[in-house]
Amino acid sequence: MSLDPLYLQLIVGALIGLGAGYVGSFMILRKMSLVGDALSHVALPGIALAFLLHINPFIGAFAALFVATLGIWALEKRTELPSETLVGIFFTSSLALGLLLTPQPELLEALFGDISKITAADLWITAALTVVIIAIMARISKAVMLGIISKDLSRSMRIPLGKMNFLFLFLVSIIVALGLKVAGTLLMGSLVIIPAAAAKNISANLSNYNKLGGFFGALSAVVGIFISNYYGLQPGPIVVLSGGIIFLATLLFKK
Amino acid sequence: MEPVLKAENLSVKFHDHQILKDLSFTVNKGDVLAIVGPNGAGKSVLFRALLGLIPYSGKVQWAQNIKANYVPQRFNIERDIPLSVAEFLKFKTKNYGSIIKTLKAVGLTDPDHDDFHVKEHILKQRLGWLSGGQLQRILIAWAIIDNPDVLLFDEPTSGIDIGGEETIYNLLVKLNKERSMTILLISHELNIVYNYANNVMCLNKEMICYGPPDEVLDSKALAKLYGGETKFYKHES
Repeated sequence: MSLDPLYLQLIVGALIGLGAGYVGSFMILRKMSLVGDALSHVALPGIALAFLLHINPFIGAFAALFVATLGIWALEKRTELPSETLVGIFFTSSLALGLLLTPQPELLEALFGDISKITAADLWITAALTVVIIAIMARISKAVMLGIISKDLSRSMRIPLGKMNFLFLFLVSIIVALGLKVAGTLLMGSLVIIPAAAAKNISANLSNYNKLGGFFGALSAVVGIFISNYYGLQPGPIVVLSGGIIFLATLLFKK
Repeated sequence: MEPVLKAENLSVKFHDHQILKDLSFTVNKGDVLAIVGPNGAGKSVLFRALLGLIPYSGKVQWAQNIKANYVPQRFNIERDIPLSVAEFLKFKTKNYGSIIKTLKAVGLTDPDHDDFHVKEHILKQRLGWLSGGQLQRILIAWAIIDNPDVLLFDEPTSGIDIGGEETIYNLLVKLNKERSMTILLISHELNIVYNYANNVMCLNKEMICYGPPDEVLDSKALAKLYGGETKFYKHES
């Protein structure tokens, strides 16, 4: 079966937007907007190393994101709050390092993503992983929410907060790694944050908020890819800008 | 009498700072134990240690299969968090009937309003938009909705008006009598202690008194606890 490349891109983009928006809705409630936004930068040195070692860049990116996630998790456990300064320094330094290490011809694609290179195999991997991510997130959402409301309350209910937080951050790192093809290491993080921030503007309950986060994520990806295809532009930036416009629109209806 | 909780030589240190020192006591099933003491006496720390939320030395032993629910003192919820009251309570039970029953019990409904009012104005409301008193009642509802054996309340009625305070304490007494629920509560108000508790613990880093309020809460104990000639304790906020 062969699919029109544009449809392929639209479907993969929608799936990634859906997963990113849904997982991102919890990221924002955990006050990790900056962390989420900058997390994707960490992937760049991973991609660079993968190129140098001649392995699949996705694996390099995911490995780097996983290490960063472990770091955030350990930091959170120790200090009870994410240390924004450390994250700001560490994440941008990895971007700088990645910029130096990534071979010149590969750099543009690594920075901004290139969804036109997506294959049917990517579609199946993305679809399977997105389903798994959303299913696990839905299962742990109660524990994550209680941890957000009150750590004491959730610990007194014997919820293994450390494990739950790790699992959550792990899901975030997978969706960011998957999305690098869409928005690249510079911008993918904002696909986790912006749709969810838009959803928060107009939601009074968690169920609507989560669903809208996913929907806005998918919508920004689809609109962005469609417009960029029509005008022959880079999809990544247009996807992120579409999210930004959705955010502005929701501000008008802020509850 | 069946012991529910036993503490032996319970001590808590933060760095080199001794917060609690050598507390030993037993709480029996059906007890209402009030913990009193000045600000910074370690009352909330004691609860947190009993629940295993912070490291301690000594021994804390709960009876087997005891469900202990906790209402923390500080509960700063973000105003715009997208979580409705109904969703919050559904984390505990999906049973709509028992949610409504519990809301009635904590005084969040009244006979003048029907179920529709509760549904529209309480359950659909954002958790962060409730008034301080309403939020406190929701927390109490949350704590009692799944019939625990033990309740730990850190200043259960802070932020609730006087009429509401009475509702809450009457509810606690009712739960205690009808379900022989064991209640541990931290309170600043000595009249509450006299009216509702059968045991009191005076705490100021170490245990200064323990026993029925009529017997142990004399002016000597109070002077030792709060310093000086305390007769009436004023709440300092």
